[in-house]
Parts: sequence; C-alpha cells; structure tokens
Amino acid sequence: MQIKVNGTSYDVDVEEDMPLLWVLRDELDIKGVKYGCGVAQCGACTVHIDGVAMRSCQVPAADAVGVEVTTIEGLGTPGALHIVQQAWVDHQVAQCGYCQSGQVMQAASLLAENPNPTDQDIDDAMSGNLCRCGTYPRIREAVKSAAAKLQEA
Amino acid sequence: MGKIKTYTRRAFLVGSAAVIGGVAFGFYMVKKPHANPLLKDLKDGEAALTPWVKIDAEGVTLIAPHADIGQGVRSMQAMLIAEELDVDPLAVNVSPGDPAPAYYNTALATEAVPFMSTDDSFAAETMRDVMGGVIKLMGAQVTGGSSAVPDSFDKLRLAGAVARETLKKAASQQSGVPVSALKTEGGAVMLPDGTRVPYEDLAAAAAKLEPVTDVPLRDPNEWRYIGKPQQRLDIVAKSTGTLTYGIDLEFDGMVHATVKLNPRQGGELISYDASAAEGMRGVKKIMRVTGGVAVVADNTWRAIQAANAIDYKWGPVSYPSEMEGHWDLLAGSFNDDHIDNVWREEGDVEAALSGADVVEAEYRAPYVAHAPLEPISATVLVTDDGVDVWTASQLPRFVQANVAGIVGVEPDQVRLHNQYAGGSFGHRLEDEHVKRAAEVAMAMRGTPVKLTYSREEDFAHDFPRQISMGRMRGAVKDGRVDAYDLGIASPSVQASQLPRQNQVAPPGADRQIAAGAWNLPYALPNFRMTGYRTDGLAPVSSWRSVGASTNGFFADCFLDELIIAAGADPLEERIRMCQEPLARAVLEAVGEMSNWGSDLGPARGRGVAFVESFGVPVAEVVEVTNTPDGIRIDKVYVAAEVGRVIDPVNFDNLVKGGVVFGLGHAMNCEITYSDGMAEQQNFYDHEAMRLHQCPEIIVRGLENSDQIRGIGEPPVPPAAPALANAIFAATGKRLREMPFNKHIDFV
Ligand code: FES
Ligand code: FES
Repeated sequence: MQIKVNGTSYDVDVEEDMPLLWVLRDELDIKGVKYGCGVAQCGACTVHIDGVAMRSCQVPAADAVGVEVTTIEGLGTPGALHIVQQAWVDHQVAQCGYCQSGQVMQAASLLAENPNPTDQDIDDAMSGNLCRCGTYPRIREAVKSAAAKLQEA
Repeated sequence: MGKIKTYTRRAFLVGSAAVIGGVAFGFYMVKKPHANPLLKDLKDGEAALTPWVKIDAEGVTLIAPHADIGQGVRSMQAMLIAEELDVDPLAVNVSPGDPAPAYYNTALATEAVPFMSTDDSFAAETMRDVMGGVIKLMGAQVTGGSSAVPDSFDKLRLAGAVARETLKKAASQQSGVPVSALKTEGGAVMLPDGTRVPYEDLAAAAAKLEPVTDVPLRDPNEWRYIGKPQQRLDIVAKSTGTLTYGIDLEFDGMVHATVKLNPRQGGELISYDASAAEGMRGVKKIMRVTGGVAVVADNTWRAIQAANAIDYKWGPVSYPSEMEGHWDLLAGSFNDDHIDNVWREEGDVEAALSGADVVEAEYRAPYVAHAPLEPISATVLVTDDGVDVWTASQLPRFVQANVAGIVGVEPDQVRLHNQYAGGSFGHRLEDEHVKRAAEVAMAMRGTPVKLTYSREEDFAHDFPRQISMGRMRGAVKDGRVDAYDLGIASPSVQASQLPRQNQVAPPGADRQIAAGAWNLPYALPNFRMTGYRTDGLAPVSSWRSVGASTNGFFADCFLDELIIAAGADPLEERIRMCQEPLARAVLEAVGEMSNWGSDLGPARGRGVAFVESFGVPVAEVVEVTNTPDGIRIDKVYVAAEVGRVIDPVNFDNLVKGGVVFGLGHAMNCEITYSDGMAEQQNFYDHEAMRLHQCPEIIVRGLENSDQIRGIGEPPVPPAAPALANAIFAATGKRLREMPFNKHIDFV
C-alpha cells in the first residue's frame, strides 16, 4: 500500500492492521512519533491526519492510505521551528521530552482549529496527552504564548 | 562557618587530586585513585586534562557522566565545567563518556549514613567519609538520590579550572607571554595583542605539561552561567522530535525483539507452546530467556503480536499472591522481632501517653509503578570484539558487569553507550531488560538486537515503590503536641534491589525505612520513631524520593492530626516547634507565599506539609475546593532549601514536575497483586495526573544553606500530606490511605 507522510509517498508492504505508529517507526524509520502505551492513553504517538491530531497507535495502516500524514518532523525542524515548537523552546517545556512530540502535535492541531483557546479549551484538548515528568504548567504557558503569536501573525 | 570550611576544603582535595592521573578523593579509606579513563585510548594530539574535559582537533568535549533521565543533568554538568573553562556549553560537545570508576558518586554516599543532614559532628562526618570510600570501592557511578548537583558542583568547576589554567600555561610557553597576562574566552586563550589561540591548538602541548592544580575557583559574582536561566542543551531536539532515545536506535541488520516474562515477579517459566506464533509474519526466532520467552522479529509490533500468541505456563511466586497477605505481613511487623532501628527517642513517650487521651491511627501507602513514558529497551550487539550495549542506565557500571557475566567476557569488554532516557523515576536503576537483551544477542552473535518491552510488560515487570504502613499514637497537652509515637513498617528497598546487582545490602539499619519521618525538625517533648522491617513482600525498587514518598505522608499527616487535636494552627504550630533554622525558613516562606491565614471562602481549605529528604527541607501548601463533583486542587506553593539554585528555569520545572508526580500518584495510583500478578496493565489503570487536574504551582528556592543540594526528588514527599491536610481542612475528612481516590472523588 501507499502511505503519504510529510509530503512523501512511500510504498509499504505491511499487514492491514499494523498500527500506523509501527509503520512509521519500524518500517519508515520516522522516529519523532513515539510509542508510549499503544492503547490511546498517552498521546505520545500523536500525528496529524489531514491536519487533525490522531493517535497513530489507533490507526490501522489500511486507514492511512489516501490521506496526508504529518509527523513532528513535517511540522518544523530545528532550523525552521513551527510557532508551537518555538514556544516549547522559549518556555523550556521538556524534561525527559519523550511526550513532547505528541504534546506539540496536539497543541498545533488545537491552535489550527482554535487560534484563541480558553483555559478550558486547552485543558480539554491537551488532557489526553500524558506527561509523566509533569511539565503541564509549562505546556499551558507555551500553548498560550503560541496562541498570542498566532494572533499577531 | 565551620561547615563551610570543611566543605570547601574537602571539595578542593577532591578537585586537586582529580588531575593527578584520575580522581583521588580525600578519604582516608581509599588512597589509590582510579585511573583516568580518557588517558587509556588517547591519540596523538589529544589531551585529557581531567576525566571531565577532553580536547582534540575536533574541539572540546565535556564529559557529563550522570545519566540524563529528563532532569537536565547533562546540561547542568556541562554548565559547571564551562563556567571555569570559558567555553559556550552550546558550542562544544557534551558526551556521557564511557562508564568508569573515576566517575563514582561521592555525594550519594554522604546521604547513605544515619545522621541528620545538618549534623556536622565528627561522628557524622567520619561515617559519611567511610561510606564515600565504600561507594568508591564499588566504583559506583550512580545517578540517583538527587545527588548529581552536590556530586558535581565543586568537582566539575575545578575540572574546568584546572583545564583552563593548564591550557594557559601551554599558551604561555608557546608565546612567551607570562600566564598572568593571558585571558580565556569562548574556547580560546587570548594574548594581550588580541591574538586568539583556540584550545584545540594547545591540546598537544598541554598534554605534555604537569597539570596546574593550584587553582582557585571563581567567585560567585564572576559567574556567567550558574544561577542564571540557561537553555538546556537538549531543548530544541526535544521540541522537534529529533532527539534519539534508546528505543529509537536503528543499526544495519538490526532485529526487533520483545519478551514475555512470568508476570508473577521472579517466578519461573514452566513451559510454553509457541506453535501459534512460529508461522507469524516477520518472526525470526523464539527462544527461552531467564523467566520467560523472547521473540525476535523484523518489526517491534510483530514481535509483540507473536509474544502474545504464545501459550505460557508460569510458576508460582514467593510473596503473597493477594494483597491481603501483603498488608498482613506489614501489620504483623510492629513488634520487637522486626525492629530495624529506633531512630529517635526523646523524652518518655510511654509515660506521656499513659493516662492521656491517646489519639491513634493507622496509615497505608500502596505499591506504585515508575512507568516512565518511554518503555524500557536495550540494544545489544555481541561480536568477537566484545559487547556493545545501548541503553539508558543510572547504574552503568553494574550494567557492564551484568552483561559481561551473561556473555562471558570481562566488564571492560562491554562498551556501554548510555542514552538519553524518556524518564526514569528510579526505573533505570534496574537492568533486567538489558540482561534479557544480552541473552538474546548472545544467541544471535553479530546481529544487533533491540529489545523493547511493551507497555504492558513494563507494568508487569516494574519493581514498584515500597508498600508501607504507619501506626501512630499521640497526645496533646495545654494546646500543644505533647507526645508522638511513630512506627513505620516497610520492606527494605536496598535489600530487595542490591541482590539483583549481585551486591549485598550494607549491614545495619536501612535509613530509607525511616527517611522523611525520623528527621522531623521539631522539638517535641516526647518523640519516638521506630522503623520495622518487613520481609517476604513483592520485590521493590527505588521510586522517586524512595522512603520519604510514603513516610513523609505518614509522619506529617499524623502530626497534623495532633496539631488539630491540640487546637493549634497547622502552620504556626509547625513553625513554633521547629528547631532547625533552615526548615523554619521554608515553613515561613511558604506561609508568606500562600498568605496563610487569609480567608479562602466557602468550601475551600488549605493544608501545609513539611518533609526533608536528601538533605533538602521542603514545605508545601495546597489549596483545594470541595466542589459538588469532588475535590479540585487549585494552587500549590512550594519553598525548598537547596543552598544554591544552579539554573532557575530547570529548578522551577523540576519542582513543579515533582509536585505533579507526588500529587498524581497520591490521588489515583496503586499497584495491587492478584494471583501474584500486578493487576494494573497500562495507563488506564495507573495514570497519575493529567493536565486538567494540574493546579497552579508557585515555586521559591531558598539559598540559606552552605550545602548545595539536588532538587529531583525532594518536592515529591510533601505533596501527598499537604493535599490530605488540605482536604481535611475543606471537608473534615481525614485521608489515611493512598491512593486518595479510594476515599474521595477528584474533579
Ligand atoms: S502510544 Fe498511542 S496513545 Fe500512547
Ligand atoms: S517530559 Fe517526560 S513525559 Fe513529558
């Protein structure tokens, strides 16, 4: 089957039910997307499918055909940070950092949909993403400052 | 002042000897320094001036041997070296280096002895030195016990200073300019005429010199990095998904493995039937490993699918299969046979209690899992040339020895490439997963094997935080606490943990059974604290803040009960009783920050708690609202005494994370065993705190002490008692068992 990730199409020969997470990580060597739980509990595997945040551990490979998959690598790069990533750097959100690809992808999707979220909107959108290190206060601040930057832009 | 002198002098001995062929600490127990590991394979033109600074044609490499498990220690270590060496930490290489005995942790030893952190008596200092010697003998390069900062603070600055002065000496010889006229900046020696001589160009000459060891450390007012907000070295990579963790490694020809081990911890595999798994796509090998079965495939998911398709027959466990049996063992330990130590005995508790109105309580704390977000993994390659191991470990030297034992080589033939970890909380003090990976790699010589635990396997095989029980009695008199008899029964974590590393637990009492409870800073007329040791429980391991994570809850909450019984104000009474100035200062600070005593309005309450762990006194005030849907945590104020805040941003982040960790697990986490197996399998039944429950957290670091301390663990223990005390204030309901959600709802 053909899967399009970050603008590039890849031919992959995998089971229809292999989760997109493992197609990305082990077949395509796209490692920004993380495995944390495999059961939609942590959000570490969050990617965008046609622009919307989805848990890639819950998307069977067959369902990833004919859509645009974006991983954190496609959102921005160290040399060209996405506005959300810049906010994550400015606020020094990460501790271990393992959850942060998912957090950034979730936040980017939230802001794309709702550029001026309330505290409640942020809580609702971000609570599916676990951070075992407890960086939540900085996640809130970073989302807000990214939102403010988007308003200016 | 006496303390400052001892500390500085000892630290200086540490540093100056660090240059003479390795590290020689000033401990009389151990005279012979460990070899400088960088000297061993230096090539021409390379200089290894100390074990922490390496300079070659490629540039300057700072060695940061403490494992970065998310706490930012790699950046912290680089900053300390850079402060004296005059390099930009973001512009040089920073590497964890190879594990070596020279990197053994001296600060950890200072907390392994049974003296108050504030006790600088001769006996205490002597014992600390002796324990330092023991840890050195083991060559224990440990990351843990919130010790990375105290271990590094003087040692690494001195390493930077010695390197700088030796480079200046080399520059002086080359240029004929006297050393006193030379300056250093941005990784170069500056001549008076403005010529810039990069360190790289001086490395070969410097290597031939006797290092300059008579170097004073810079005065704090000259610091450019320490105490100022720094950008973490890993922050851009961690914000862009470009940091490679152990679980992300890929090598040519690598295979993906997973294991399924007896979910009854430590039990055996009796038999298995792999017929359903053998023909599954991508499966390359199915083999028995210690305690279970490994599946090797061409993709992690396929390996996990196949492991789940195998039929296993598991052997029994040695600990009680059901929780009732665990609690019975603890309850049966409060007697003379099980006394590990009587830690405090002041006044006459029995006399004070007899005839008084005795307040009594029993407190409980469950097993909880570490569950860092990155599941554990290890990649191992066995060749004729030795063994390569890629994993994230807090005990790299033990990993080397354990892998060497399995493969049948010498420990120094095991090259350990320590990785950034996606969290740990103590999980990566264990290395069972590395041992299993080594078993598979040995059967597949020449092939790199990456072994990844599924989340479910990680939960099943976590060695959890100790389960624990407290039994207390107390009495009040004339509006004050008069007597406090505090008993705590718990397994010894080190007695469970060290044998897995082929180490024997040190003889004598285990301080962690009482940590956070025996060192209450209060002048109580009658106080006794007894630790009881319970054997026969499930295997346990160090969990962020270890003993204090449970003991702090017991000790502080029951004190709160007594203060309330006395009719006194919880904060004012703690301050009045407090006899340690550093502890009193954090209590006063948190009172001022939280505007203690002000009216919170209806259905609200605040609680205060104080716990000292790892030498760091921490006080927290929690404010809650009792809503119709349950308790909402509104705000948490934290004051912590660390001597010096090295990086205010990272400090703030770590304290907040510690509070979230302490609250989240106290609210809703436990590991329970049924049929000998952990019942919790994934985050849906052990999720701790999510963002919507996270309160606003206000942090203040105090710098009154002349002892510098780490902050990774100490914010954790006061969180649970402060929350329980706040819930009591808001609802009148006293919570004596974690997790609290067994007894009350949270929104
Ligand atoms: S791995 Fe997909 S939500 Fe956790
Ligand atoms: S930063 Fe470690 S899990 Fe979020």
